Amino acid sequence: MSDGLDPLLTAEDWARQGRKVAIATVMETWGSAPRPVGSHLVIDGEGNFEGSVSGGCVEGAVITEALDVIGSGAARMLEFGVADETAWRVGLSCGGRIRVYVERLG
Amino acid sequence: MDLASLSRLNAARAARRAAVLVTELAGGRSEVLEEGDTAPPHLADAVRAAFLSGRSGLVETEAGQLFLNVHLPPPRIVAIGAVHITQALARLAGIVGFDLTVIDPRTAFATAERFEGVDLVADWPEDVLPARPLDAYTALAAVTHDPKIDDFALAEALRRGCFYVGALGSRKTHAKRVERLAAMGLAAEEIARIRAPIGIDIGAASPQEIALAILAEIVESFRHRNLAGATA
Repeated sequence: MSDGLDPLLTAEDWARQGRKVAIATVMETWGSAPRPVGSHLVIDGEGNFEGSVSGGCVEGAVITEALDVIGSGAARMLEFGVADETAWRVGLSCGGRIRVYVERLG
Repeated sequence: MDLASLSRLNAARAARRAAVLVTELAGGRSEVLEEGDTAPPHLADAVRAAFLSGRSGLVETEAGQLFLNVHLPPPRIVAIGAVHITQALARLAGIVGFDLTVIDPRTAFATAERFEGVDLVADWPEDVLPARPLDAYTALAAVTHDPKIDDFALAEALRRGCFYVGALGSRKTHAKRVERLAAMGLAAEEIARIRAPIGIDIGAASPQEIALAILAEIVESFRHRNLAGATA
């Protein structure tokens, strides 16, 4: 069992319990980004989550997108940052930009 | 990612084996490659670079855009001998980012006062290492000068493929050690992996300087370590 601090172990546990799971991964960063490339946030169909892709700045938006991905099964690439049109809604206060890939497990 | 890939990745991480998860962005297909696995030709260079640097990232290939997420076990140092050099090595290792364990059965040396905050085991290597196995992401530095303590750990480090194996002692001392290890059944080319005299040559004189020379040699070995198979 995972202790909740390792999102990939959590994702495997959840999937084995029969829960629907999405995995979000930081794939690119520019400038000052709070979490490095390769970091994960994992989300289940109820909106429970473990891990992080930023310092808490964009997790809410990623979770919303992840629920769509769990429903549709189609992976998508999200981009967040001050240069993005969503900057005033969800952005990175640190001024960096990140691209986050969200996919359904299984 | 499919559950089988995730399970394989988690199993490799739990066993302290390096692994890279390759995700095809167009189709979403994923594959786990462990260090030493034969990577597909279009990926070989990128996979090798990822294992060496530990850096994840996107790569463009003839098969489209791929994301390589590399998972390396955290490198660590096991020092045999709770001596003056090891006290300095314990401090320096923390600064450079290596976890460190000290093993020495001599309770006069292996005291909590001398090694405050250090993972210290006052027992024989042959009693400690079966439960805490050495691996390819471990550096072993044997610095007791005592064959009864050092030799088993050195042999075990060579058998387990530690990325660095170093032993304190003069060339003359080492020549005798080579004979003993050969008598233990180790092949000459395995024994030749031992770095002795220990530490890069910076003319180190004090225990602190010797610790620095050892740590520099460990970093060099880690960054230049052999990745046979990953290039195939």
